[in-house]
Amino acid sequence: MEPSTQKLIHTFGALADLGQEIAGTGDFTEMVRTSLHLLLGTLALRRGAVVDCSGAGPLRCVAVWGLGEQAVNSFDIDEGEMESFLGCEIADSLVKNSSTANRFLTRHHDKLAHEGIELVVPMIVRGEVTGLVLLGGKASGEEFSNDDFETIRAMVRHIGVGIHTHRLLEQLAQRAGENRRLYDELRAIYRDTVRAFAAAIDIKDKYTQGHSERVGKYSEIIAREMGWSEEEVEGIQIAGYLHDIGKLIVDRDIINAPYRIDAKSSSELNRHPSAGYEILAPIRHPYADIPLMAKHHHERLDGRGYPDGLTDEQIPLGAKIVSLADSFDAMTTDRPYRRRRSFEDVVQDLRENSGKQFDGKVVAAFARAILKEVRGETKDRRITKMLGKSYLEGEHVETLLTDLIADLEADSHAKAQTF
Amino acid sequence: MDTPSGGLVRSHCVGTTAVVYASDYLNKLSGEKIERECRRQLKCGCRALVIDFSDTKLVNSIGVSILLGIIDVAEKSGARIVFSDVNNQTVELFDMLGLTRHVVLAKDEQEAVLNLSRFETTPVVH
Repeated sequence: MEPSTQKLIHTFGALADLGQEIAGTGDFTEMVRTSLHLLLGTLALRRGAVVDCSGAGPLRCVAVWGLGEQAVNSFDIDEGEMESFLGCEIADSLVKNSSTANRFLTRHHDKLAHEGIELVVPMIVRGEVTGLVLLGGKASGEEFSNDDFETIRAMVRHIGVGIHTHRLLEQLAQRAGENRRLYDELRAIYRDTVRAFAAAIDIKDKYTQGHSERVGKYSEIIAREMGWSEEEVEGIQIAGYLHDIGKLIVDRDIINAPYRIDAKSSSELNRHPSAGYEILAPIRHPYADIPLMAKHHHERLDGRGYPDGLTDEQIPLGAKIVSLADSFDAMTTDRPYRRRRSFEDVVQDLRENSGKQFDGKVVAAFARAILKEVRGETKDRRITKMLGKSYLEGEHVETLLTDLIADLEADSHAKAQTF
Repeated sequence: MDTPSGGLVRSHCVGTTAVVYASDYLNKLSGEKIERECRRQLKCGCRALVIDFSDTKLVNSIGVSILLGIIDVAEKSGARIVFSDVNNQTVELFDMLGLTRHVVLAKDEQEAVLNLSRFETTPVVH
């Protein structure tokens, strides 16, 4: 094969590899290192380095071969020297021609020659010097030819664009990260505001202080046990905090009545889910369906709930979860007209009302979550903390829960077979 | 005995000469393994390196660059380096790029080791 043909094939191969390397999404330093190897190997140059000089100051070595990294980093450049590269031809970048207008070469001539660097090529992207490629001599000992200069110019341009693109992507990723942090902060502010609202709702009812906060936490625990995503879990926690926001429009005397209220007052109180929906609907929540969960948290599977008398499939799953969390908290806290119920009673209620008031799958999930705490399978002891340490003590608690779960799962299985 | 070290690179020592076998395609991956092995051998006290290309069909640009690096390291260590059993196409490439100015080419591994043994000096006993 003619040497010129072979050289052409060798150079084309290197250019193809370089394009592939630069278009890749791998590690940045490795990309630059490989690109440098490709350039050196194309012309059999014995040493070289790619350095970053996006501003005046010391050169920062990104990749080096056959040279000491420390030696490369010991060079520095000023703004004027960077500009002096812009008007230069590549032949002017030869160290031996340092008497030219290239001020960097003039100032560093002796040091460059000492390190065996023969050519300093700028990486120019959009009219700016973003870095330099320092190159040693050819292994053949020959001078650089015009063809060599063309090859070097093309490859250095490729490398420069590759580095520039990578930096842009890095900046984008950094900005995306900053946006993410800001978004997280906004969400935290939103959550704190919602919790403050929940506290404000509960203050209106002196007998149920902390109720909304607990309903939020129970709802979160149930949703997580049901395998909801982290975003959905956060959403339902918010829905739990806000489920009673409609009570803000109900007369304080009705809410705080220390006896069972009459039909008229009951009707007034029962307006709170719809009122809650009206309050929440105009707000742009970062989570879906919060107004609907507030509206339907008093619906029942058998259609005897309010405000719309929806049945099973018509009720959003989130509302079913908030409904159970709400009822569970009502049963397990003291009210003005009664003491809280024993855990045995509560389990009995859940069993009897599964399929009528509550969704059996939601009850089973909640029972599983409580059981995990009772058995010490989770570090999280939030349910125990909310209920008080002694409430879930006793060997019968575990049996009650396992029996309930088994029965609900058997029902669910039987129902699935019927369909 | 041949020792595969650093993954796929085979090598063995004949006296103070290390013979390192290049793979069928000398690119970045295989080149870096050979380079590591050569550095290791030099660090262990080898005074000469034979890189055997009997399995090598192709050497790309990165391979050339890595080989130049090995030559550089060997020169700095005062070690001699011989390439053995290089196919015609690769010899033409090495000639064209000037690598042959820095290394001796040998017909095969035996010739390379023999060539290097001529330079081995016998320690002077006083």
